[in-house]
Amino acid sequence: MDLAFITYIVVGFTFAIYIGIAIWARAGSTKEFYVAGGGVHPVANGMATAADWMSAASFIGMAGLIAFMGYGGSVFLMGWTGGYVILAMLLAPYLRKYGKFTVPEFIGDRFYSDTARIVAVICLIICSVTYVIGQMKGIGVAFSRFLETDYETGLYTGMIIVFFYAVLGGMKGITYTQIAQYCVLILAYTIPAIFISLQLTGNPLPQLGLGSTLVGTDTYLLDKLDQTVQMLGFAEYTTNTRISTLNMFAYTASLMIGTAGLPHVIIRFFTVPKVKDARSSAGWALVFIAILYTTAPAVAGMARLNIMQTIEPSPGEYLKIDERPEWFRNWETTGLLEIEDKNGDGRIQYSADPETNELVKLDRDILVLANPEIAQLPNWVIALVAAGGLAAALSTAAGLLLAISSAISHDLLKSTFMPNISEKAELNASRGAMALAIAGAGYLGLHPPGFAAGTVALAFGLAASSIFPALMMGIFSQKVTREGAVAGMLCGIGMTLFYVFQHKGIMFVADWTYLEGLGSNWFLGIEPNAFGVVGAIVNFAVALAVSKVTAEPPERIQDLVEDIRVPMGSDVAHAHH
Amino acid sequence: MSHLSEKSAQEYWRRNKALMVKLGIIWFIVSYGCGILLVDVLNQIQIGGYKLGFWFAQQGAIYTFIGLIFYYTRAMHKLDKEFNVEEQD
Repeated sequence: MDLAFITYIVVGFTFAIYIGIAIWARAGSTKEFYVAGGGVHPVANGMATAADWMSAASFIGMAGLIAFMGYGGSVFLMGWTGGYVILAMLLAPYLRKYGKFTVPEFIGDRFYSDTARIVAVICLIICSVTYVIGQMKGIGVAFSRFLETDYETGLYTGMIIVFFYAVLGGMKGITYTQIAQYCVLILAYTIPAIFISLQLTGNPLPQLGLGSTLVGTDTYLLDKLDQTVQMLGFAEYTTNTRISTLNMFAYTASLMIGTAGLPHVIIRFFTVPKVKDARSSAGWALVFIAILYTTAPAVAGMARLNIMQTIEPSPGEYLKIDERPEWFRNWETTGLLEIEDKNGDGRIQYSADPETNELVKLDRDILVLANPEIAQLPNWVIALVAAGGLAAALSTAAGLLLAISSAISHDLLKSTFMPNISEKAELNASRGAMALAIAGAGYLGLHPPGFAAGTVALAFGLAASSIFPALMMGIFSQKVTREGAVAGMLCGIGMTLFYVFQHKGIMFVADWTYLEGLGSNWFLGIEPNAFGVVGAIVNFAVALAVSKVTAEPPERIQDLVEDIRVPMGSDVAHAHH
Repeated sequence: MSHLSEKSAQEYWRRNKALMVKLGIIWFIVSYGCGILLVDVLNQIQIGGYKLGFWFAQQGAIYTFIGLIFYYTRAMHKLDKEFNVEEQD
């Protein structure tokens, strides 16, 4: 059977499951729509959180980044997992104890201010919208590569699927589809990795394979990789630092606290029954995430070695252009892979030197998707990878859309502008907001604005510099005031946006740069993607300073802070709803 | 459901914070310490094909994070029992 046909069957089967779940898990109340009724088992929530969290960037992009960055790519591995330790200890249990539906709701209540709530809603919408554009693009690309549809058809199909389970089921529908999507994406990621690890090292566990010797030799895989890349003039794989030690430090820290501050991840912890479940659920989420995240570096190293050896089968003997494998030609047609025979010898020279390098384009995103083809795995594995990429993008998109729509219907409508709205009307409003959010995200996916390229980085920077510090101070200090919190969020976000836009142009329009005289990475050599932690420090400093000179929070707020620190009686808060 | 006295609530929070600091130090050491600041020193040691610093950065830190969360969950469960602040079913 040909590949496109098998892919249609596999992807169609997974979509049928998602729609089936949507029909089964309809939401009947706002509590079901916002927090899935609050009765999700911690292990199930951990699995849903893993799918919610792992986006097209984790599934498709990350291994490719690591393959070309080597050791420097570790910032993503540590940064995107270490945040869960922060979540489990510093945020999730207390926010769960508070027992409300959204992140801006906590910020608005704790800082006794509608302004704080609205600033939080704005921060949430900016970071979730920028994030969701990337998912929409991922859906369109996966469709056009594997199902041979055009980009628009792919995008519309994805929107319809999400529409089904997100509008009907809200958090309830999303939770159960995310569990199914996790199963699909983790199988799609690990099966090819196991095959490739077996082929190269004879060890079925990729985590061990990366540290093993190559089949039939005494040479360690990583040593061979180091040698191969260095011979072509690239930096040593296992020690290649990203810019500087300080930059790696800041990058990791920004991703960690950005992870802990992303609203679509935090609201998942509102769905478990108890405070102790919020703690253990974060642990389970990390277990499920780690299965992919510890496999990714093995996929990265092995794919890099495979590509190197395809192009240079033996030292000095480069691949003949006429003899290049089928997958090579396939990816050339997508424009993501490009060769140019500069010296006209009919072979592909690959080198770190741009003058002589003939593999002129090798898009990093290809690696995971082409991996099964490079390793000559059967067609059903390739089809599974397509379904996995779609599952990763759909599950994250749905989580983000819920965070956006609940901020609109609950925090703007219910809490700010129409406090007397009935529950039924609010449920309808939340469905309407969800439909609008999907349409908006689809529109942005079809007409990606100039800033789409830098979006994920911006989302982390914003979450790290605005939402995370506000939440942490809200829980850990009784003395931070509304003026302090608002000033802190605005300064943190402002600083981060200033630095990112100074490098990349306002709204990522390349022409709209300013202060070019400062050069790049001028603040201690830190790159814009790693700047979130600096914004967070500014946020903390400003908030604490302003709180010193403004009137103390009222007594009831100080009592509230004391109350959320103790698990007992978390149902009391619920009764107010 | 007995309510916590002011004093024992403070003691509960103090013990919780002490635990967070202890686990936070380990969290910092395995990632920022072993994976970034001390990576060159640890890379002198080789375990199988892995240089040790590289292993921490791409594998070891993640395994430790999981262990930390489950340890915290267990320890807090005990603390909740000791102070009698567990949630009712």
